[in-house]
Amino acid sequence: MSALLEVRDLTTHFITRAGTVKAVESVSFDLAAGDVVGLVGESGSGKSVTGLSILGLIDPPGRIVAGSVRLAGQELVGLDRESLRTLRGRRVAMVFQDPMSMLNPVLTIATQMRLALEAHERVSKEAARARSIEALTAVRIPDAAQRLDAYPHQFSGGMRQRVAIAIALLHRPALIVCDEPTTALDVSIQAQILTEMRSLVRDLGTALIWISHDLATVSSLASRILVMYAGRIIEEGPTAAVLRSPRHPYSRGLLQSLPSRAEPGRDLAQIPGSTPSLLKLAEGCAFRPRCGEATDICHEMPALERHGARAYRCHHPLATEARS
Amino acid sequence: MDHPFWRIWAEFRENRTAVVALAVVIVIALVALLAPLIAPQNPYDLAKLVLMDARRPPGYIGSNGYMHILGTDAQGRDLFSAIIYGLRISIQIGVLAGMVALTFGALLGTSAAYFGGRTEAFIMRIVDLQLSFPAILLALMLSALLGKGMMQLVAALVTAQYAYFARTAHGAASVERSKDYVEAALSTPLPAYIVVFRHILPNCLPPLIVVATVQIANSISLEATLSFLGLGLPPTEPSLGMLIANGFQYMMSGRYWISIYPGIALIVLIVAINLVGDQVRDQLNPRLKR
Repeated sequence: MSALLEVRDLTTHFITRAGTVKAVESVSFDLAAGDVVGLVGESGSGKSVTGLSILGLIDPPGRIVAGSVRLAGQELVGLDRESLRTLRGRRVAMVFQDPMSMLNPVLTIATQMRLALEAHERVSKEAARARSIEALTAVRIPDAAQRLDAYPHQFSGGMRQRVAIAIALLHRPALIVCDEPTTALDVSIQAQILTEMRSLVRDLGTALIWISHDLATVSSLASRILVMYAGRIIEEGPTAAVLRSPRHPYSRGLLQSLPSRAEPGRDLAQIPGSTPSLLKLAEGCAFRPRCGEATDICHEMPALERHGARAYRCHHPLATEARS
Repeated sequence: MDHPFWRIWAEFRENRTAVVALAVVIVIALVALLAPLIAPQNPYDLAKLVLMDARRPPGYIGSNGYMHILGTDAQGRDLFSAIIYGLRISIQIGVLAGMVALTFGALLGTSAAYFGGRTEAFIMRIVDLQLSFPAILLALMLSALLGKGMMQLVAALVTAQYAYFARTAHGAASVERSKDYVEAALSTPLPAYIVVFRHILPNCLPPLIVVATVQIANSISLEATLSFLGLGLPPTEPSLGMLIANGFQYMMSGRYWISIYPGIALIVLIVAINLVGDQVRDQLNPRLKR
């Protein structure tokens, strides 16, 4: 099966006066049409930059220094600005964390959706309206026809994010990159949107890259999980397997710090320390300074070892738990 | 009743002073608009002027048979008519200059913010340079250079004032330019002018409206100053400034009315516009929202 999206050794650096920030280091993964992959990691792990790199949205001083991104066979890295622009919004779309800053406060939703449509094709006002209503209905906005003429401030945060997703859906893109789309929302709204996204993906066959620091939201949506740390993928595998028995100590740390896994009355487990500065990464495994399992061999960078459907980058992988 | 206009009006109505000022502005604008119907005399028709009636005090009944309620000037013009016609010219010039300066300045400021880099630096440094000169000096030099006439005057006023709009628009547009929805729109093939006109410009309007009200009042007083100094309009079409200037030499001889009444009209108009402008500014300033 040929994948919709093939990312190979994607490497994005930010060349600043203080030094080179290696935000993304040789990230590779495949994504099939209609599939959902979750990109998980703390702030600064490079997950957002990975998403932006796929859409060619890296601005100087950032640069994709190596690797390739193929969308349905077409190479996106090194593509000229205009070709990238005709691609964005039509074949690849992106949904961002803050739905307020994504919508223009002085234009009605109808106008903004029409502009998004007109960016790629000539549409009559009526056709634009009909398609906007269709997209808003798809994300379950009640009274879509009426709400279309409202302004962004008349929507709640969850509704605004739905509008943003509807705009992303307008052109029926093959791939949508969602960068923490539910982080700014209430938990109950998060759950609703996740459910809706799941049925949308099923109905429309859109592939999703779901970027989040929250393992819980990712796990309910993604079929595969990529865990990133300091710009590298440190573990990947089918969602259920990774959640049940993480092989990398960092993945385990992330899982243990989930509030739902804590025993009542006990402190949450934490990963000691904080994400390292990408400017001066220590040699070897980037997680070594915070890792309980670290030994001398960890001064060498471990390779991403593949074992069937799973892969991890660790010299001391955790044992698979016995299935119960 | 839920239309934004009514909400704006409901808030505006709470400020009594501003409502009165708005009423004054509207009345003056109407009077100026309907000048030929209201004024007893056409002050520009030199054939109608009777020198015998010159410099008569308020209340004098002239040879034409009607009362000069505000007296007459040195040419025997009915001052009341002259003031109405003068207001008409002042408002015309003020609004025209203000609007042209708004359009030009907003266009310059937003394009500077849109293009960024050297273009931005170039445009904005010119604007800064110009703002470091007093507007009156610039307008004076230009109207002396361009000569007399309505269009020349408007051109001088626009040149003296567009910089305020350009700077305001640039500030607001720079903020907009970095907003996510503008970046998102620019990352698609949507033409840049649509992004500028549909996404950026509408967001810059509130501060521009505030500057516009202030600048219309400013261009009116600037025009009056230029006319007072003899640089504005030709003497056959006296504006308020010229009426004041004409009466100035008679002040000491007790014929106060030739200068005073046009002066009062000018002050009332400018103060009223400024009061309305203040209220508009308060309403459009999100930091003052209750």
